[in-house]
Amino acid sequence: MTLARRKFDTLVIGAGGGGLRAALQLAQADAKVAVVSKVFPTRSHTVAAQGGINAALANVLPDNWHWHMYDTIKGSDYLGDQDAIEYMCRAASNLVVELEHAGVPFSRLENGNIYQRPFGGQSQDFGGKQAARTCAAADRTGHAILHTLYQQNIRAKTHFFDEYFAIDLIKDEEGVILGALVMSIETGEPLLIEAKTTLLATGGAGQLFRTNTNAHINTGDGLAMALRAGIPLQDMEFFQFHPTGIAGKGMLISEAARGEGGYLTNKNGERFMERYAPNAKDLASRDVVSRAIFIEVQEGRGCGPSGDYVNLNINHLGEEVLNKRLPAICDSIRTFLRVDPAKDPVPIYPTAHYTMGGIPTNRQGQVVVPIEHGEEPIPGLYAVGECACVSVHGANRLGGNSLLDIVVFGRAAGNDIIGYLREHRYHRPINESDVEQAMAHLTRWDRKGDGISVAGLRGELQAIMEKYCGVFRTEEILQQGLEKVLEIEQRLDDVVLYDHSKIFNTARIEAFELENLVDIALATVKSALSRQESRGAHSRVDYPERDDKHWLKHSLFYKQDRRMAYKPVRLKPLTVDTFPPKERVY
Amino acid sequence: MNNEEQVTVAQQHQRLMWQCRRGMLELDILLQGFVERCYHDLSATEKLTFDRLLTYSDQDLLEYFFQQAQADDKDIANLVISIRNAITP
Repeated sequence: MTLARRKFDTLVIGAGGGGLRAALQLAQADAKVAVVSKVFPTRSHTVAAQGGINAALANVLPDNWHWHMYDTIKGSDYLGDQDAIEYMCRAASNLVVELEHAGVPFSRLENGNIYQRPFGGQSQDFGGKQAARTCAAADRTGHAILHTLYQQNIRAKTHFFDEYFAIDLIKDEEGVILGALVMSIETGEPLLIEAKTTLLATGGAGQLFRTNTNAHINTGDGLAMALRAGIPLQDMEFFQFHPTGIAGKGMLISEAARGEGGYLTNKNGERFMERYAPNAKDLASRDVVSRAIFIEVQEGRGCGPSGDYVNLNINHLGEEVLNKRLPAICDSIRTFLRVDPAKDPVPIYPTAHYTMGGIPTNRQGQVVVPIEHGEEPIPGLYAVGECACVSVHGANRLGGNSLLDIVVFGRAAGNDIIGYLREHRYHRPINESDVEQAMAHLTRWDRKGDGISVAGLRGELQAIMEKYCGVFRTEEILQQGLEKVLEIEQRLDDVVLYDHSKIFNTARIEAFELENLVDIALATVKSALSRQESRGAHSRVDYPERDDKHWLKHSLFYKQDRRMAYKPVRLKPLTVDTFPPKERVY
Repeated sequence: MNNEEQVTVAQQHQRLMWQCRRGMLELDILLQGFVERCYHDLSATEKLTFDRLLTYSDQDLLEYFFQQAQADDKDIANLVISIRNAITP
């Protein structure tokens, strides 16, 4: 079979805000850019980011980038790299103005300036009064940014491969990335896209967990492609969970429900949070509430026929208050659960939300790997957004910083690639042997016979990750989780497809996604088992304190020998003084 | 129905399921669930309306489904109600 080939200066994999921001920078500099997306670009998960984007514009309250930097570092539980964080916070205001000029319809103040709302974790004057830093286009900020970037890319003549699935990166003997093998979902035909530079922007991996807030497309494809190319994943133990997701579905019920007076009960009707947090009770911090729910369910006090959730009670607030203060939450509950929150309790369970870890990069978006002293970039490979770990979110992400992350580092990667292309004017030759591994990966699913189904094994994996690597983590539980994920990995060999047709064979795509999830699950559970402390979103019951002496460092997981390695946190900012680790008090 | 036609129907179903992969979990659940359980019962005209619905942006669909806005197109508005009602808890 002759493999079809196309050549571009840059291949961008993923069409969310990070990928499209980089593509735009490149297309405007007359680079020949291809964007590969497994769904139509404007259906990328960036549309789900409704909250807004942080920038210290000081339109509503006094603010400056240095305070934003402090809040981000504190929010990261001091695991964020301070040079990257300074870079992001300094760039934020210009980037927001640039988005506005590109057509994003930000909400306005009466004086015509961009409206800004206060969000949790924002402060004035390094931990002082509440700041108002989040710029929003009503409640459709992510949507507005994504559509604007898509339209600008069409104008700049970026070439889109819609509904193409990326199988694997192509790497030559010297370790240079030369593009990727992709597949048309419509025809099932493979295509080799040769590129001088490749940018991974494939988003997060929320589908690792049974209960999650993410769209079904978030299967961490780029993370697994990097692992298979020999690149480690960084800080994968840090996954953001919210305590109150709709049980069995995952959609978020925001803290506002408990803020308005909602409370949690177990199957005995007991307000169990009084036992776990006698003072704060239902308003205790997210990780405390999440762990309490997990324990109630594990110890047999969960509600429902399977005892696998607890109840959120907001019915005592009355229909009028609910409709006035929590209209969207109530409508979501009515639609997905057929429960009237004004009359009945709402089944809830902790839900996975955001992947803080990812492919290690520097602040230019270059993918970097450790060498004997320091680290070096992988030639021709970049990553941005939720799939990357730059690391500006460290051990936990602040609201409003994810949209900022994608536009700041999307642009930075675009700029660095422009320089790289200037110095690397010609495509390097691709040998057949460079493509062999990716082709073997592609044809693996042609195997026929009896075996287990993709959906069945994915369900098992998600349940294992939720139970053994979710909000309740101990040595014993994580060790069991590791063994169970390794067992799933072995059983992956027994998975077969019953449909071997070419055209729109989505079962085959789901099989690739399952392979990706298994690789990422191993990285996540192994990293969580190894980190013997509690920091940010990684909460170990057996090591409840943060341990800066031993663990103020980034984790790196390698697929080939399942090895963990570590690298220092970059504590030195670009121009200002270091914010030394302190106890976090909010 | 011969084999070729069966393949075409199956491919059509898979194509639709893929188009129902959206940027938001809420839409995935609403749209994919509807295609799996109810799409085959739609009339030919209703199926065309569903195809049209899939061309709307995610944000517009979310607002229609959660009654923050109503589609001007009456057929679309009716279909939105059917999809909401088809959700199984």
